[in-house]
Amino acid sequence: MSRIGQTFIALKAHNKKALIPFITAGDPGKGLTVPLMHALVEAGADIIELGVPFSDPMADGPVIQRASERALANKVGLKDVLAMTAEFRKTNTTTPVVLMGYANPIEHMGYETFALAAKAAGVDGVLTVDIPPEESAGVSDVFKAHGLDPIFLLSPTTPESRVEQVAAVAGGFIYYVSLKGVTGSANLDMDEVAQKIAMIRKHCSLPVGVGFGIRDAATAEAVARIADAVVVGSRIVSEIESAPEGACASRVGHLVAELRRGVDAASK
Amino acid sequence: MKLTDLPDSRGHFGPYGGIFVAETLMAALEELRVEYDKARNDPAFIAEFEYELKHYVGRPSPVYHAKRLSEQYGGAQIFLKREDLNHTGAHKINNTIGQALLARRMGKKRVIAETGAGQHGVASATVAARYGMECVVYMGAEDVIRQAPNVFRMKLLGATVVPVSSGSKTLKDALNEAMRDWVTNVESTFYILGTAAGPHPYPMLVRDFQCVIGRECLTQMPELTGRQPDAVIACVGGGSNAIGIFHPYIPYEDVRLIGVEAGGSGIASGKHAAPLSAGSPGVLHGFRSYLMQDENGQIIETHSISAGLDYPGVGPEHSWLKDAGRAEYVAINDDEAMAAFHDLCRFEGIIPALESSHAVAQAKKLAPTMKKDQIILVNLSGRGDKDIDTVAKLSGITL
Repeated sequence: MSRIGQTFIALKAHNKKALIPFITAGDPGKGLTVPLMHALVEAGADIIELGVPFSDPMADGPVIQRASERALANKVGLKDVLAMTAEFRKTNTTTPVVLMGYANPIEHMGYETFALAAKAAGVDGVLTVDIPPEESAGVSDVFKAHGLDPIFLLSPTTPESRVEQVAAVAGGFIYYVSLKGVTGSANLDMDEVAQKIAMIRKHCSLPVGVGFGIRDAATAEAVARIADAVVVGSRIVSEIESAPEGACASRVGHLVAELRRGVDAASK
Repeated sequence: MKLTDLPDSRGHFGPYGGIFVAETLMAALEELRVEYDKARNDPAFIAEFEYELKHYVGRPSPVYHAKRLSEQYGGAQIFLKREDLNHTGAHKINNTIGQALLARRMGKKRVIAETGAGQHGVASATVAARYGMECVVYMGAEDVIRQAPNVFRMKLLGATVVPVSSGSKTLKDALNEAMRDWVTNVESTFYILGTAAGPHPYPMLVRDFQCVIGRECLTQMPELTGRQPDAVIACVGGGSNAIGIFHPYIPYEDVRLIGVEAGGSGIASGKHAAPLSAGSPGVLHGFRSYLMQDENGQIIETHSISAGLDYPGVGPEHSWLKDAGRAEYVAINDDEAMAAFHDLCRFEGIIPALESSHAVAQAKKLAPTMKKDQIILVNLSGRGDKDIDTVAKLSGITL
């Protein structure tokens, strides 16, 4: 079983939910990503979602788009992201790392070449935002063959008929995008999310994580009550953006610790 | 399988095309696919589309024998398909009418569009006014400056123009932003995509709406010359005017199809917008096609004198036609396009768009290699009024 699967089993045994923070690799600096990853774990992250910078992040809002632009200005590409993961793995062999990004950098490297290199670097799962199940032949099977979990998105607009189709190719966990819109959008309707998750669980046995619109301990707690994992991206990335130089890891650590308290409050 | 049977049911032209978008858009694209499938088999929809093309756009657009230009270039006779004479001054309106009629069928009251040169933005704002819809146009901040007259036209027509300051501030960034708007407002909003690119079904439906260009030529050329042309030339940015004139000619194997990309400062300089000539396959904006990308798979900035060709990708059907060997793709540099622009002004009294000038420039190269009784058909996709500021500036003139 993959590190992601083991993590969810271990959490369940302790009646806990997973906290999955997102950062963009190479933001704010090339050398700061690995220390930030360790800081996330210390503050209570169960799984790390590491964004692969892309020049045209179509599904992201302005916050993560700017992070991508900063990372690209720091000349961080997919190979660097793999190197950062390998560096992180030197001292952390337990926290799963999920790469999140767009198809083209991976396609350019070649799916097979990438899968081999990612596994060797210690990557556990890959979410390619713009590869839906319909286009995933030759991608998710390659990932699976190399022991990488292909993570897929479901959204409020996904009809029930598609959930099964996604479940058939997905691995690791399901990432339910709880809002329409791009990353960083506002407001979450918790009843609607709960209904959707119940529908997803009918067709899919994988753990369900919820992302988009989670910004503090209270929203993290509310989501943790109904989902298996809480994914937080834009809120953390804006903390990185606004942190004074040198204070990045500590500021992000504080925020993640607060989110952790929210997630754990749901289990009490 | 015949070349004309494509795309397949999931939008693939061989390895190209497809649907590469986030899950949030999948339902909307499926809704569009189903609705378009019904519409294109509905005689009432087709009749209304044709009525609008005739009475609102002014179709059919003429084919014109550019005799003085042909003499000047020496060799083949050059004929121009006059899309510049359409209402709003370019081929773009063919597509926006088709999509606006679809939007109305689907009950969407708000339309959004991306634009580069501003022609598609103007064409979208025009149909939004015509059918009483709210219209928001995303335009790269750089292009807002380069194409100021078109920005004002859109505003006159009641559209909101949103300058996009991310990335390279050009067409690709406007497209990203339009996609983001669509993801956010997917239930109320119809995205009028301006070129034969993007996720399925857009490349197919834009092509279908633009094919009126080539179908008219199939009738007009024999009427004028007794036969079909030896070569058809069109400029290629996203590639909608080119696929519109090429597609009906695909079964006519004796007709050479030549697509002209923006060579910018020259392919060797790296400053160009010619993915078919100097790029490699990849995934961007919802589809797989030839792209301009670096060694890390990041999309690189493009350069062209012409905002409408300044795009790092190309419609998937062109990638397919290139690999299949049915169409040839070449690049024309900024200075060659400028020379052709002036030629057409001075020898024929036609001010062409800088985009279309690239196609004329290729005719200038090709005609002398052909006999006097041979025929080149150039798609003059748009008029050049929007470009006079750019041309004046390049000539050191302040208007």
